[in-house]
Amino acid sequence: MVNEISWKIGGEAGYGIDTSGQAFARCCSRGGLNVRTVSEYPSLIRGGHNTFHVTASEGDLQSPKKELDMLVCLNKETVDRHYKQVKKGGIIVYDADEVKIETAKYRSDVEWFSVPLLAITVELKIDKVMRNTVAVGASIGLLDYDIEILRDMMGKKFAKKGESVISANLGAIDKGYEYVKKNYKGNFKAKLKKCTGPCARPLLNGNDALSIGAIKAGCKFISAYPMTPATSVMINLASVEKEYSIVVKQTEDEIAAVNMTIGASIAGARAMTATSGGGFSLMVEGLSLAGATETPIVIVLAQRPGPSTGLPTWTEQSDLKFALHGGQGEFARILIAPGDHEECFWAGVESFNLTEKWQCPVIILTDKHLADGFSTVNIDESKAKIDRGLLMTDAQAAKETDYKRYEFTANGVSKRAVPGMVNFMHVAVGDEHEEHGRINEDEGNRTDMSDKRNKKLNFILKELPEPKLYGPENAEITLISWGSCKGPVLEAMKELEAQGIKANFLHYIYVWPLKTEKLVKLMDKAKKTVVIENNKTAQLGALISEVIAKQVKYKVLKYNGRQFYPSEITEKVKEIAKNGKETELVVR
Amino acid sequence: MKMNGEMMAIKITDLNTPETITWCPGCGDMAILMGVKGAIAELGVEQKDIVIVSGIGCSSYVPQYVKTYGVHSLHGRSLPVASGIKLANNKLTVIAEGGDGDGYGIGMGHFIHIMRRNIDLTYIVHNNAIYGLTKGQTSPTSKKGMVTKSTPAGSLEEPVNPEALAILGGATFVARVYAGDVVHMKKIMVEAVKHKGFALVDVLQPCVTYNSFNTYQFWQQRVYKLEDEKGYDVKNKWKALERASEQGMHADRIPIGIFYKEERPTYEDGVPEIRDVPCAKQPIDGIQIGKILERYK
Ligand SMILES: Cc1ncc(C[n+]2csc(CCOP(=O)(O)OP(=O)(O)O)c2C)c(N)n1
Ligand code: SF4
Ligand SMILES: [Mg+2]
Repeated sequence: MVNEISWKIGGEAGYGIDTSGQAFARCCSRGGLNVRTVSEYPSLIRGGHNTFHVTASEGDLQSPKKELDMLVCLNKETVDRHYKQVKKGGIIVYDADEVKIETAKYRSDVEWFSVPLLAITVELKIDKVMRNTVAVGASIGLLDYDIEILRDMMGKKFAKKGESVISANLGAIDKGYEYVKKNYKGNFKAKLKKCTGPCARPLLNGNDALSIGAIKAGCKFISAYPMTPATSVMINLASVEKEYSIVVKQTEDEIAAVNMTIGASIAGARAMTATSGGGFSLMVEGLSLAGATETPIVIVLAQRPGPSTGLPTWTEQSDLKFALHGGQGEFARILIAPGDHEECFWAGVESFNLTEKWQCPVIILTDKHLADGFSTVNIDESKAKIDRGLLMTDAQAAKETDYKRYEFTANGVSKRAVPGMVNFMHVAVGDEHEEHGRINEDEGNRTDMSDKRNKKLNFILKELPEPKLYGPENAEITLISWGSCKGPVLEAMKELEAQGIKANFLHYIYVWPLKTEKLVKLMDKAKKTVVIENNKTAQLGALISEVIAKQVKYKVLKYNGRQFYPSEITEKVKEIAKNGKETELVVR
Repeated sequence: MKMNGEMMAIKITDLNTPETITWCPGCGDMAILMGVKGAIAELGVEQKDIVIVSGIGCSSYVPQYVKTYGVHSLHGRSLPVASGIKLANNKLTVIAEGGDGDGYGIGMGHFIHIMRRNIDLTYIVHNNAIYGLTKGQTSPTSKKGMVTKSTPAGSLEEPVNPEALAILGGATFVARVYAGDVVHMKKIMVEAVKHKGFALVDVLQPCVTYNSFNTYQFWQQRVYKLEDEKGYDVKNKWKALERASEQGMHADRIPIGIFYKEERPTYEDGVPEIRDVPCAKQPIDGIQIGKILERYK
């Protein structure tokens, strides 16, 4: 049996669901396992239903898996909402004193095991909020996992808070664990073993990874306005602002955020902002200013479902076209959509190199699932390189006699100087300008300047890597997707293979400019092509047909605010492989 | 050239650019440009260390006409762009500039917030009480009842009072000057730039083409200098507020000069890590992130 489990805890907001979920996840990652998580919470401060879902595996694991081995219910709502998600032979843990249900009416093909969570907190004279900690101890008991990892972790975590907090937490863990060891006589088979592999890798969410990448790249300035799910990018940089000398400015709105970022970049700092769709809407005029003035900026666009406020704490990939087309006029931009947490880190690094090298805005498209979900990562920072493109030095300035900020060049990129340098004085202007940066409305200059700004794309396209192909060169079915769908598709491919369906998968990180060489070859060869997207209108599919004038025939879409699970993709792709009459398949 | 008995490092002509000035003949912006250039010449700051950041409007052409670094940004956005520049490199002298529509209309949100931040930059507003570049619509400072193309029956709104707003908003230097008195204007601008903290210089600027109410004559007859008032104390916030509220830019008597001045730590003072080496000048090669990753284990 594979050393892998899927575990979920649920309860009302305020029950410490996130804390206990993260503790469980971290405890798995410290045991050397690969971890992927999903947390669900409504857009409320108090009340509402929260869950934290952890999949941990000794083997390769690219995505959380929907089917649960264990469901821990701190309230009845968790039972009602998620009991169907438990595998046959799985277990549902609850507190019969609090959750009064007739278990047989729900399911009889799973085990039900009551742990007196509340009674234990009363016995220990600790806050009843700590039922969650008791429940984690009990979960570890049921999984026969190493309780010492958790005890050690809690000891360290609360070291600063003093003896009484540590002993309360350890008491709760131990009691939960011991209760199971004494009283559980059932037949639950799923077990979890720590493994000897590379222990204790970092467990990061997408925003963490991206922020750390940005720090590595020398980002020295962030101006942003809080918006879920992007907020923690600013928070992460703020948490190390002194250590790494980063200016972190929370602004009055996203208009100020993007324009301050532009100002900081004009002054020579690597600068970024982070937001979600609503904030990005306010930023597009600034985006266009960066395009016109050829100012390097990085914008993180962590997507969430729209339109308008939409589902603020859920996930979707519905801003691809908006990110591509937002902003008046025509100018080059680069869109990076990392597929997992390691790719988030590298997007954090590479975005700054690209934006400075090409002097055009770079937008990193993530989404709530990627931004908020955790996974264990391997990051080798020694591979990171810094490339500041044509940023001038003071020494170069001394030689300059007739500096042209917007000089026409072969690839459209001109020497970039920043205030404080002699001989380089110029005005960065959003009006059309000639090579020196002086406003100019002549038709010839206009055409040349527009060519200059836009031809960069051809050169960028040449330099960007082709999208990565997973699986064999030749397959019956070619799956195409972008960004955070990567994990569930990769897991689905394993399931498909086990069921005799040969698929390959082209995953786009760089969604603009769009590399198409590999794509066209694959589309010519494949019997069936399927685009898989976490949105309603198959935006990458549409972009592909716009660029190569060929249709991806099938679409598997999900836009209910939740990310794909592998099994959902497997099921839909099987349907396409078997009959394929329907071309648009929606996971509801 | 000699001024104030000191040798000048920069001559006014050093500040010229090849641009052709496109303002209407007689426009108050010409005088403001002279004031700005004169002030820069007098400051003794090297041109390469000055950045003039403007928005969009007639007034926002200033960076085109002064040889320093410049950003001619978006309508209403000079302040955030200027703030970003200053926070990234606090060694630079940053001057933001724009119109009344730019600063007190579309950019009002930024204006209010920069004052409480007290970022060390100077904000020069060409206040002509009209939208010039878009050819004559009402502005946030237009006098109530003023007939413009967009208010043919007269504007129905009270005008914004920038000085009163700034005094209450936490600006540490609040001044009004009149484009018809270049010498006075320049003197106040020099003080504003030298002031450590956010300085507002609201300039009464006749728009000879679209504002037939606030003319040179109108202002010439009404302005008086605060520094000539016996006992006027620029440190007395409440007296300054009283003066600013009672005597707005359309009043019968209009004070010019410094209304209010206060010493308060700047925003940058609160960010000690950039004081010695601005963040834009810090080396970025070889930054190690291992210790952050360690915390996530
Ligand atoms: C977002 C945006 N809205 C509208 C405009 C059009 N516009 C340009 S200048 C201007 C107003 C100019 O008035 P003011 O700021 O007072 O400057 P002035 O021309 O009077 O110096 C407007 C509305 C614009 N450029 N951008
Ligand atoms: S329209 Fe008014 S503000 Fe604009 S240049 Fe002419 S006179 Fe000056
Ligand atoms: Mg105006």
